[in-house]
Amino acid sequence: MKRAIPLQQEISFDALDPQRIRMESARKKALDLGRTRLLVTGVMFALAFSVLGARLVDLSRHGKEGVPKWRTAAQAEIAPHVVARGNVLDRDGLILATSLPTQSLYVDPLEAYGAVDPVEAADQLISVLPNLNREQIIERMNKQGHFEWVARNLTPEQVWAVNRLGLPGFGFRDEERRVYPFGPTFAHVLGYTDTDGRGISGIEQEFEHRLGAEGEPVTLSLDLRVQAILHDELIRTKANFEALGTAGVVMDVNTGEILAMASLPDFDPNQPGSARGESGFNRATKGVYEMGSTFKLFTTAMALDSGAASLTDGYDATNPIQIARFTITDFHGKKRWLSVPEILTYSSNIGTAKMALDVGATRQKDYLARFGLLEASKVELPEVGGPLYPARWSDISTMTIAYGHGIAVSPLQLVTGVSALVNGGVMRQPTLIKVADPDQPRGTQVISEKTSASMRALMRKVVRDGTGEAANIPGYLVGGKTGTADKQVGGGYDKNARISSFIGVFPMTAPRYVVLVVVDEPKGTKETFGYATGGWVAAPAVGNVISRIGPLFGLAPDQSSAVAEIEVGHPMYLPEAKAPRSTARIDGNGNVVGSISDVAY
Amino acid sequence: MSTFTRTDTSLLSRWWWTIDRWTLTAVMAIAGLGAILVLAASPAVAHRIGLENFHFVHRHFIFLPLGLLLMLGVSMMTPRGVRRLALVMFVGALLAMVLVLFIGVETKGATRWLSVAGFSLQPSEFIKPSFAVVAAWMFSAQKLDDDVPGYAIAIGLFVLVSGLLLLQPDFGMAIVISCVWAVQFFIAGLPLVLVGAIALLFILGGFGAYLTFDHVRLRIDRFLDPVGGKGYQVERSLDAFVNGGLLGRGPGEGRVKEVLPDAHTDFILAVAGEEFGLLLCLLIVALFAFVVMRGFSRVFRDSDFFVMVAVAGLLTQFALQAIINIASTTNLVPPKGMTLPFISYGGSSTLALALGMGMVLALTRVRPGSNSGYGGGYR
Repeated sequence: MKRAIPLQQEISFDALDPQRIRMESARKKALDLGRTRLLVTGVMFALAFSVLGARLVDLSRHGKEGVPKWRTAAQAEIAPHVVARGNVLDRDGLILATSLPTQSLYVDPLEAYGAVDPVEAADQLISVLPNLNREQIIERMNKQGHFEWVARNLTPEQVWAVNRLGLPGFGFRDEERRVYPFGPTFAHVLGYTDTDGRGISGIEQEFEHRLGAEGEPVTLSLDLRVQAILHDELIRTKANFEALGTAGVVMDVNTGEILAMASLPDFDPNQPGSARGESGFNRATKGVYEMGSTFKLFTTAMALDSGAASLTDGYDATNPIQIARFTITDFHGKKRWLSVPEILTYSSNIGTAKMALDVGATRQKDYLARFGLLEASKVELPEVGGPLYPARWSDISTMTIAYGHGIAVSPLQLVTGVSALVNGGVMRQPTLIKVADPDQPRGTQVISEKTSASMRALMRKVVRDGTGEAANIPGYLVGGKTGTADKQVGGGYDKNARISSFIGVFPMTAPRYVVLVVVDEPKGTKETFGYATGGWVAAPAVGNVISRIGPLFGLAPDQSSAVAEIEVGHPMYLPEAKAPRSTARIDGNGNVVGSISDVAY
Repeated sequence: MSTFTRTDTSLLSRWWWTIDRWTLTAVMAIAGLGAILVLAASPAVAHRIGLENFHFVHRHFIFLPLGLLLMLGVSMMTPRGVRRLALVMFVGALLAMVLVLFIGVETKGATRWLSVAGFSLQPSEFIKPSFAVVAAWMFSAQKLDDDVPGYAIAIGLFVLVSGLLLLQPDFGMAIVISCVWAVQFFIAGLPLVLVGAIALLFILGGFGAYLTFDHVRLRIDRFLDPVGGKGYQVERSLDAFVNGGLLGRGPGEGRVKEVLPDAHTDFILAVAGEEFGLLLCLLIVALFAFVVMRGFSRVFRDSDFFVMVAVAGLLTQFALQAIINIASTTNLVPPKGMTLPFISYGGSSTLALALGMGMVLALTRVRPGSNSGYGGGYR
């Protein structure tokens, strides 16, 4: 239907009224200009809407990275690429330490500023994460920055609960939590990481770059099975003798690889807070102790190797040695001349001291250095203690050091040195890393093959006929040496506080493993007739370890005794019987009667 | 539709034949999508802040039909009726804004709301459409009648309104009102020299606000230098669009609504993007663009100068609100709290927008002679 033209709009004289004509033309001009500008405005809006559409397409197609580069660069600063921390593996590839992905809660204080009240936010967070510290959250939210941690390594349930609060300015960052599946078993060796995942002790610290920055695994020389057995025996020994602590090492004598190493008291690396104080102290590598009679092995070896004495030589051990203010006595005193094998077998301080004087201070120092006893172990751990020995090496030093007094070394140093004595005389650095090619281990010849063979025979004799009988596991041909040393307290020695140890090697015909157990301040029990010496305390532990790990290496106990026993030397005087330990004297206070200054059994 | 015949001259029939049914349909479509999105987004928000899950849904489903009815009612008015309504609204809202300064409810550091019978009312929302119409009236009066100092009055009212807004302070609203007023002034034929001067004034005003208001500075600084994040809501919002992709994660599958405090209001498009995808977002943008373009093209042909300026102002306000909201949500501009017209939850905003859109529909109705001013007709 066509619209009718209104009458008033027909041309009339009214329309010619000047005022009206002027108005009409003004209106027309205004309308024309308005239309032009309306068009401009409309085009602008059309453009704006197009931009919005394009932005939406861009966002869903290219993601947030569609924003200019300089912005993503700024973003990158606060969200570093996280490399998964490498695993620590045992020699068979079993996982000893690994990392699990978790999420951690942080707050961007400047982002939260004004959007949420810190007190309210803290209260809400505590309602789902009750362990948080309210004041700490408030304090962190009031900081001037873009990043503050609030809670680390949350479980998915906790993340969900926090997300539900919908607190502005809070966010999660992917993190890792270090997990040690075997807990305290590998505590001191593996060490642990701090809350930021950086290794701060043990292997974790030593191989921080490789594990953390490169994310590469580290394969250790440790054997999970051996470690578990050693750890177990150490726990039992410590409890049984109410000791302050124990330490143990099992080493492959042919490669220097450490198969097991543990120290008690220990901690759970899954809870790094438990590593404080004594628990965090690695007695096996960081602790240095006067080892006592186990040092006689070194003295005997250097005497034989240097030619200062032979297996057929003998020394008069009838009377104590009086030198300066010291008196050197024997605990298992035979009060007669002793052959070199007898000196070791009965652990004669007098005989060993005299033997050392024949070797001489210079050669003694030289040999001790060759055995690695005068410098800290070069093992792959940050916690390594250096040896303590006198700066001025007097004759008295020579004599006391001969039987392990006046020199303090770490258990690991002792094991490393003894390995060299029995493996044919080759000194190898101890290592916690699996040796790639066990057939070609490098090392330095420090004593002759012949001396080494003699030492094997002597050590076997100690276990068979001497103080180390408790470690004589039938069929394994164990050799070894006991050690007991009074602990230094202040300026003197405390006869009731001692370091008792036993170092065992097996099988003695072709040694493969050295086992050391060191017990700090054991207390005698009924079963040991009150004794707390190396032979009573540490030797049974070593025996247990050997009997348990032997089968693992295909070393079945040979009960036929067809195994050739090795005899060494010729006794000066054929002993009527080995010294029975039960006849040892105990005074009225239950204390072992010993020498004035120091005792070695 | 054959309910009304052309010869039926009843009010409804006349309305039906003269109204711009395309715009009406588009607005209804936007409101319908909005209803669905509020239904999707708001229960999560309500639950989180401890309200009954459907608190916002219930309220929106009261305000939205109310608003649409209001829009239809207003759309039946004549241009003269619209002008009167706007004048009454303007005066009322202006008084209310003065009152707000003394008895207003303070929330998040700004005093913008009046508490009336249990509802909080934001008078400045109602200033927007009414001021656009009143200003258009003044601009056209200046052009068409020498005796009325239209420009002077328009400038005076603008200073008054923006001053009251800055006292609250409501910087965002001041920007919108300033832009609408400027666009109207531009269309009303402001000499280009003065257009440049006003543009310069706006830039200076922006700088002034940056230096004066801490929260303005914080937002702009963070937008320009987003070390440590673009702001929590914006980050999550962008994540939502990225997660949603083309077709979205599906209704109810979105996560952004669980963490965004403003998921049901300023950031509702992020919920749309995450749950329903890019296509729905583009549809929403297209609907807004359509309403604006359609309105512009309709008044382009109109012979009434007042209608042209008024509709341009009202649509500019509508468009600006949509553009600023979507641009904030997608981090194209610094975040500015602004509702997405007819989609976001919000009582005052929905009612005020309905009033404004009702005015647009009323002014763009076909009137005798309205469509003959360009390219033909009687003159």
